[in-house]
Amino acid sequence: MNNVNFVGQALKNLFSKPATLNYPFEKREFPEGTRGHVENDMDVCILCGLCQMKCPTGAITVDKKAQTWAIRPFSCIQCRCCVDNCPKKSLSMDKMYQEPGPEKTERVLDLSDKQKEVLAAQAKAAAEKAAAAKAAMEAKKKAEAAAAAGGAGNPS
Amino acid sequence: MSSRSVIPFGPQHPVLPEPIHLDLVLEDERVVEAVPSIGFVHRGLESLVSKKDFKEMVYVAERICGICSFGHGFGYCDAVEHIMDIHVTERTDYLRTILFELSRMHSHILWMGLMADAFGFENLFMDTWRIREKVLDMLEAATGGRVIFSILDVGGLRRDVPDDMLKSFLPVLDDIEKELAIDIKTFLNDSAVKSRLCGVGILTPEQVETLGCCGPFLRGSGVKRDSRKLGYAAYDDIDFEIITSNDCDTYGRTFVRAYEILQSIKIIRQAISKVPSGEVMVPVKGFPQGEHMTRLEQPRGEACYYVKANGTRFLERMRVRTPTFANIPALTETLQGCDMADVPILIVAIDPCISCTER
Repeated sequence: MNNVNFVGQALKNLFSKPATLNYPFEKREFPEGTRGHVENDMDVCILCGLCQMKCPTGAITVDKKAQTWAIRPFSCIQCRCCVDNCPKKSLSMDKMYQEPGPEKTERVLDLSDKQKEVLAAQAKAAAEKAAAAKAAMEAKKKAEAAAAAGGAGNPS
Repeated sequence: MSSRSVIPFGPQHPVLPEPIHLDLVLEDERVVEAVPSIGFVHRGLESLVSKKDFKEMVYVAERICGICSFGHGFGYCDAVEHIMDIHVTERTDYLRTILFELSRMHSHILWMGLMADAFGFENLFMDTWRIREKVLDMLEAATGGRVIFSILDVGGLRRDVPDDMLKSFLPVLDDIEKELAIDIKTFLNDSAVKSRLCGVGILTPEQVETLGCCGPFLRGSGVKRDSRKLGYAAYDDIDFEIITSNDCDTYGRTFVRAYEILQSIKIIRQAISKVPSGEVMVPVKGFPQGEHMTRLEQPRGEACYYVKANGTRFLERMRVRTPTFANIPALTETLQGCDMADVPILIVAIDPCISCTER
C-alpha cells in the first residue's frame, strides 16, 4: 500500500516525547559562541569609541564627557563586529537573545566608579605628561632661539 | 463560453509568507492568465554600497535573504576577493563549502515543509521542519547564528570551525539521512501526494531553456546544469553528480530537491574527511579596484553577483540577479491553464523568495 508510508512515523510521533521544549519551564541551552546580545563590562571599558566607529548599523554611542556607553538594542544586528574590535575585551556577546519590548529604547550604561577613577588618573597623568612635554619643547625652542641669536651675533 | 473573473492572490496569503501579488484571470475553475506584480518590500540594499564600507557591506549582503543568507554573503565576498586578487586559504574553501551545503539542506527541507503545507499534509510539514531544526542547530554551533550567520568576511571566515565540531556533525547527519528517508519516501511514493504533484505545471526542457529558468526548477525538467560544477570554493575537489529528473512537472522538481538534500549530506561528509588544517583568514590590504561577476548555485538556483569598485572604501555598484527573478516568467507560464486549486502548489514549486528578488 503506497498511501500508508507515513503511518508508522505518524504513530511514532503520537507516542514519543514532543520535539519542542516546554518553555518557560525548560530553558534552551545555547551552543558555545551563539550571538545573542552585546554586553559591556563597565569596569574594563575605556570609552575609546572604536565600537561606535566599527558598528555597521551605528547602534552604539559612546559619550566621553558624560562617561556613558549606550546601545540601541533594536538597531543592533548581532554581528559581533564590536566585540571583535574591542581593544580591552570589555565587550562580550551574551548567549541569550535580545529581549523584545514595546518601544525602541536605548540602553545606557554608566562607567563604574572604580573605572571612572582609573580613567581620571590616566587622564591626569596624560595631561601632566603633555604639559611636561610642552614645557620641555618650549625650553628647547628658547635655547635654540638664544643659540641662533648668539650664532647670528658672532660673525658681525 | 463562461465569463471571466479576476481573483487576487497575495501579497498576504496563507500558503506562503512572501509578498507577491498575482492577478489570476479565471474562466470557471481554470486560470487563463496570471499577472504577477512585485515591489512591496523594496529596501534599496544595492544602493547601500555607496554609503557602506566594502567590508561592512558583507553584513548587508547577508541580509538580502534570510534563507539563502550564506549564498548571498558568499557571492559578495567571492566577487570582492576576485577584484582584490585575494586567494583564501584551502581550509576556508572547505569550511565555506560545508556551510554552504548545510544552508542548502536547511533551505530545501524548509521548501519540502512548505510544499507539504501547500498540498495540505500538515503532519509531513511538521515532520520535515522537525528535521530542519537539527540542521539549524549545527549551523548555530558552527557560526553562532541560526539563520543569519555573520561568519563570512572578505578574505576568509571570521571564526574557525574546529575539527572536533565538524566530526561531531557526522552522527547528526546520519540521523538526518535516516529520518529524511521516511519523509522522502512519502513525498515520492504516496499516492495522495502523487495525485497532487504528477502532471502539474508541465514545462518541457526546451521551454525551461527559453524561459531562462535556473536551479532545481531547471533540473526538474531534465536539463543538466548546476553552477557548483564551475568549481568555486572546494567544489572542484568534491565528487558529485548533478541530479535531474525527466518528469518535467512538480513531481520532478520535488524529486530533484529531495535528492539534493541527500547529496548535500554526501558532499558535507566528503568535505569533512578532506578538510585541511590551517588559517581561515588572510590579511586584506588596500581598497578594491575593478569589476567582477560571480556566478554561484544558491539553494534556489543560480545567482549572479556583479561588483564594480573604484579604488575607494566605497564600491561603485553592486548588482544581484537572484534565482527567483529568473524563475518568475516560468511561473506565469505554468499558471496558464492550471486549476485554481493547483495555484499554491505551482507558486511554491519555484521556491519563491520575493524579498530576495526585490532587495
